Parts: sequence; structure tokens; C-alpha cells
Amino acid sequence: MSKNRVAITGMGIISSIGNSVEENLHALLNNKKGIATIVNIETQHKNEIKVGEVSQTNKELAKSLDLDEKHNYSRTALLGCVAAKQAIKDANIKDIEAFKTGLISATSVGGMDLTEKHFQNYNEESRKLINSHHAVDSTEKIAALLGITDFTSTISTACSSAANAIMLGARLIKSGQLDRVIVGGTDGLAKFTINGFKTLMILSDTHCTPFDANRKGLNLGEAAAYLVLESDVVVKQEKKTVLGYLAGYGNANDAFHQTASSENGEGAYFSITKALKIAKLNPEHINYINAHGTATPNNDLSEGRALKRIYGNSVPDFSSTKAFTGHTLAAAGAIEAVYSVLALQNNVMFPNLNFKTAIPELNITPVTKLTKKPLAYVLSNSFGFGGNCSTLIFSKK
Amino acid sequence: MKPCYINSAVSISAQDTLNDSNFLENTISFEGKLAEAIHPNYKKFLSPIASRRMATAVKMGVAAAKKALELAKLEMPDAIITGTGIGCIEDSEKFLNAILDNDEEFLTPTSFIQSTHNTVGAQIALTLKCKGYNVTYVQGAASFESAVIDAQLMLHENEANTILVGGTDELGKFLINDIIFAEEAEEHPIQTPFGEGAHFFSLSSYKQTNSFCALKGLKIFNKARTDTIETKIKAFLKENYLVPEDIDAVILGKNGDAFDVLYQTLQDSIFRDTPQLHYKHLCGEFFTASAFGFWIATNIIKQQQIPDVLTLNSIAKSSYKNVLLYNQLKGQQHSFTLVTSC
Repeated sequence: MSKNRVAITGMGIISSIGNSVEENLHALLNNKKGIATIVNIETQHKNEIKVGEVSQTNKELAKSLDLDEKHNYSRTALLGCVAAKQAIKDANIKDIEAFKTGLISATSVGGMDLTEKHFQNYNEESRKLINSHHAVDSTEKIAALLGITDFTSTISTACSSAANAIMLGARLIKSGQLDRVIVGGTDGLAKFTINGFKTLMILSDTHCTPFDANRKGLNLGEAAAYLVLESDVVVKQEKKTVLGYLAGYGNANDAFHQTASSENGEGAYFSITKALKIAKLNPEHINYINAHGTATPNNDLSEGRALKRIYGNSVPDFSSTKAFTGHTLAAAGAIEAVYSVLALQNNVMFPNLNFKTAIPELNITPVTKLTKKPLAYVLSNSFGFGGNCSTLIFSKK
Repeated sequence: MKPCYINSAVSISAQDTLNDSNFLENTISFEGKLAEAIHPNYKKFLSPIASRRMATAVKMGVAAAKKALELAKLEMPDAIITGTGIGCIEDSEKFLNAILDNDEEFLTPTSFIQSTHNTVGAQIALTLKCKGYNVTYVQGAASFESAVIDAQLMLHENEANTILVGGTDELGKFLINDIIFAEEAEEHPIQTPFGEGAHFFSLSSYKQTNSFCALKGLKIFNKARTDTIETKIKAFLKENYLVPEDIDAVILGKNGDAFDVLYQTLQDSIFRDTPQLHYKHLCGEFFTASAFGFWIATNIIKQQQIPDVLTLNSIAKSSYKNVLLYNQLKGQQHSFTLVTSC
């Protein structure tokens, strides 16, 4: 096996707490959450839910991308393009074709926001929107924007999607298949997902409270984030500034239930264990865990149990940032990858907002205040429907 | 990359392909715009309760996956990697209609739960209790190939020894009509019907007694033009220590639309003297139709013959060792796949 390291040399993000990496960091450092009443989507459930919505409208996003007014971009594609463009700029990439460059994007909802507006009612004018439904559509648009013609793929494993995109990118670099790859995910809010999660009765009617004994469910969010991964060769040749490294990754399936996590967090336990093994680390090397922590009764208990299986009573400092952004579904793994790198860069752990009481079965307390601490390794979890569990480990060196 | 050995190949398609002994002997041709899959008796693969709950793609996928494991004599794969272009469109449509018809009221979660693109991969894992690596790719016409590339990488890097890999797509009932409506606006629209199917393969990093061919190389890329495709294919073959003359059959994803010119360019140049094959007239066009092509490639090597219904020219070879597939959709999501004897 090759020993290529996987460097992170650029990041881009758009979420409910900011339209850039700087704005997101500023919000995280100042307890500025992005959870509020929904504005951009007309829904019956408006007053029963809180969401993490990107402040810009589709029109504003399209304008920032210089799109023709008659474009066929879904919100997922618009958010994805904005974030991916930032990542390329941050990595100071001038000539995309100078190295073997790929793109791996993740989405769960794809162009559903357009489909749900026109479904069964397409006419000559809206005809151009039909194929924007497909999951591959946002990826194709990002590839076109960035000028990527080589390896391009899309992953959809529900809420672990972006973590898997990052993982595949890392493996393609390690094996020498690619020199550089843009990885991440994008998901816009849609009536479809709001109603879906509503029927599962896992949406909180107020601000979500991850890892709290009285948690009532999640806040949905929308976002996109991309990271530029580059090989040692590119880093050396281009004298790149490295923001951090992807040290480990693990993927496992809970094989328990289509939507619920197993009681003992089997899948999570395996994905964390695998990631530690790839990173050649012991569990105690991890300084901070950015937990999946959706604030649903099921996830937080299951994830907590997995952590306790590995760490016993000495679970490292951990927090969920979902009370800031909401659960951004397929994008979550990339959003939290950006936050993990920001944590490493700034030696800071972001607070798990709204926490009051520990879950009695677990008796573990997350980091509730912004806390400074030297960080070498940050672990990030992402779990999804279908039992898909993924873990990434980021390192400073 | 090390070769990946193929130990089973299963197809559920618009042809009677689940019957392994019949390699496209009695094929059906289609008059209409749709080529629906011929379904097996699912009782052989699923409990009646599970079967009732599952949408077409999930049923086809789980059945094809189980059959692929059975033929490979494999109980538990190390990983399950799947591809789908359209995802679980039947359940997506059901949930979408319920939202629209009842103005977001009186909804039940079942169809939403089963609407996510990873449902097929997840249900296979759940059925087998397989806790290994599990990913679903949704890269349009390169969804299946994305899954196979991941599998190839895993086997190459010794992250797994046995992998179940496959592609599924279902027609659904509503959006397909819109897709056809969109296609009709094209100047040179797709001429084959739209289809559906499930194709599963068992791969291993080592040669087993039942290994009957190998995946030697696979490349996906996003863009190509008629003036670059020949160079790209030659470079791909060179990476695999081959030249165009070494290819014993080339299987093309022709669907009759304007982008067939990409295939024609190769038919008229480097593969002029090579047996040329097509298949989408048999399975229909769908995002993982290329997995039907892959199934054909494995069968040509296994059976050392090419059914007449596939041929585009009259050239034949005495033996079939190297079979190359090329597929793309609308000039995007290109893939080269090289299957060889082992």
C-alpha cells in the first residue's frame, strides 16, 4: 500500500451560519446559531419547526454565480457551486488541468426542490427542469463550473454521504489514481425532506438540544461544503499551504434497521474503530470529537453508547455543532469536516449549544462552552438512514 | 491495479436474463417507449411480508444480490457497493404525490423511508446482516461504474477480499413520462425504449475455482468529444498494456441519440476491424443499463460466443479474451470497462 498523505489545501462552505469559511468560524466562535423559522419554502409546518436555512434566496445565489435568469439550477446545485468555487479559490488553484483532478460530491435530495414544484405539471417552459431532478445534476454543474473533465462521481448514503465522498477522495489520492480531488456535499431544503422527517416524528419544534436528556428531535438545515484534497507531490511542487490532513476514515453498516440506529451503536463502533486503525492511532490520541449528534432520541443514545464502548468512562471532549447549523443531511459530513479543520487550526472546541442535562443512560457531558485546547487529532462522525455509518479523522500534521 | 476476479454475474432485465443458461437466445423486441423488467418469482428470495413492502428496485436488487452470492458460493461479502441513477423513484413519487395531493397532511413515513437512494444497498446489508463497507453511487450513467471502481480500489488496497457490487434502476410511474417529455424536445432523441433492471456481481481479489473472468481496468470521466475519444481510449488501453487490435469485442452503449457519434467515431477508426456490439435495444436506456452491458461482457468470455442479436458488424473472432465496454450519456458520464478471461 502506498504511503501518500492526504493534505487539505482549500475549503469552501455556505450554511445557515455564514456564506464563507470566515463567516462560519466567526459564528462558531461567537455562539451565533443559524436556526430560525423557515422563510424560503412555503410549508404548512412553518410554525411547528425550526430550520437552519441559508439566508440567500435562489435569485441571489444565481446572481453570485452569474447565471442566466432562465437557468435550470436546483437549490442544491446553487449551494454546491458557491461552496465548491470558494474551495478552489482558497486552495489557490489557477489551472485545474495542471494535475489529475477529480470531483466527488454528495447529495441526498438532489433537485427535489424543483421537482416538487413542477411534478406532473411540466410544460414547455419548465421542461428544462426535469433532468435537474437527478442526483448527478448538481455534480455535473459543479464539474462544469470548475472545469473538471476527469474522474467525477456522486455519492448518496443519506446523512453520511459527504463523509463517504471525502473518504473515496482520500483513497483515490493515497492509491495514486488522482493527484487532487474536490470532495464534499450539498443539500438544499425541500418540502419533501421536511415532510419526510416530520412523519418520522423526529423534528424538534424548537432549537435542537444534542446529547441532552430531554432532546426532542432535530432541526433540518441546508448547506454545502467542499474541501480540496491534494497529494504530497502536488503540495511539494506547488509549495501549498496545508490546512490539515485527513489521517483516517472508516465506513460500516449498522445492519439493524432502515432508519433507526442499533441500541449499542454497532455501526458507529465499527466505523470509528476502522478510522482509528487506518490512522494508526489509539482511541486516546483523539483530542476532540465532532459528533453526529442530531438531537434525535435514537441517534444520540446510540452514538453515545458507541463512544462508551470505545472509551468507557473517559470519552474525550466532544460536541455536536448541529445546534448551530441544523442537520444538513448529505452535506453534514463536509460541513463538519470544515469545522474539524477549523478546530485544529484554531485549537478550539466548538460548544454543543442548548445542552442542560446529561442522558441518564450515558452520563456523558459535551463541551458546552467555547474551549481552547491544543488539538492534534479531531474525529468526526456521520451516520445515515440505511445504517450507513462513517467516521473521519483529521490531523494537524 | 490488480485484476478483480468475477465469480458470478446476475441480470434482471427486460429480457429473460435471470435464467443463466439462456444467453439472449430468445429476445423480446419493444414497440413502445418502455421496456419493463421481467420479474422472477420473488418468493424464492424474499418473505411475502418483505416483498409486499419493497418497491421494484429494492426487490430486483435484493433478489439479484442474493442470486449473485449463491452462484459465487459466498455467504457474506466484505463490502456491498451499489449504484443507481434514478434511485428509489417509485417511493419518491408516492411520497411526493401524497404531499401534493393532501397539502402536506395525513402522510405516513414508509415511502419516505424507502425513498433514499441508498435503500437497495441498505436492504441488502440488512437482509444479510452485513456490517461491512457500504456505499451507494448516484453518478447518472456512471453510477454502476463508480461502484465497481470503488470495489476495484478496495480489493487492490487489500481493504476487502470479496465484494458484492451492483446497479439497480426502476422505471417508476410518473417522472419517467416527464423524462420522455424532456427527451422529445431534443433534436435527435434517444431511439431505444427506457428500461429498468438490477445487475449484481461477486468480485474477489483472488482467483476462486468459480472465477470465470476478470475486471482488468475501468475508467470514468466526465467529458469527451469526438476529437478526443480515440486518444482517451488508446491511453486507457495502454495503461492496461493493450492496443486496440487486442480487443476481441467492443460493446457500445448506443441508444440512437445525437451522441452516438462518439461511438461511431470509434467504429469507423480504431475498432473498424473489431466485432462491434450494442445492447440497449434489448434492455432499454437507463442509468445503470451499462451493467447489462457488463453482464454481456462476462457472458461472452464465459460462453465464448456472441449472440447475433448484439452484433453491429459481421466480424467474429475465434476466441474472446479481451472485451471492452464504452458507455456515456448525452456526452457526459463516460466509462471504459475492460473485462478479460482469467
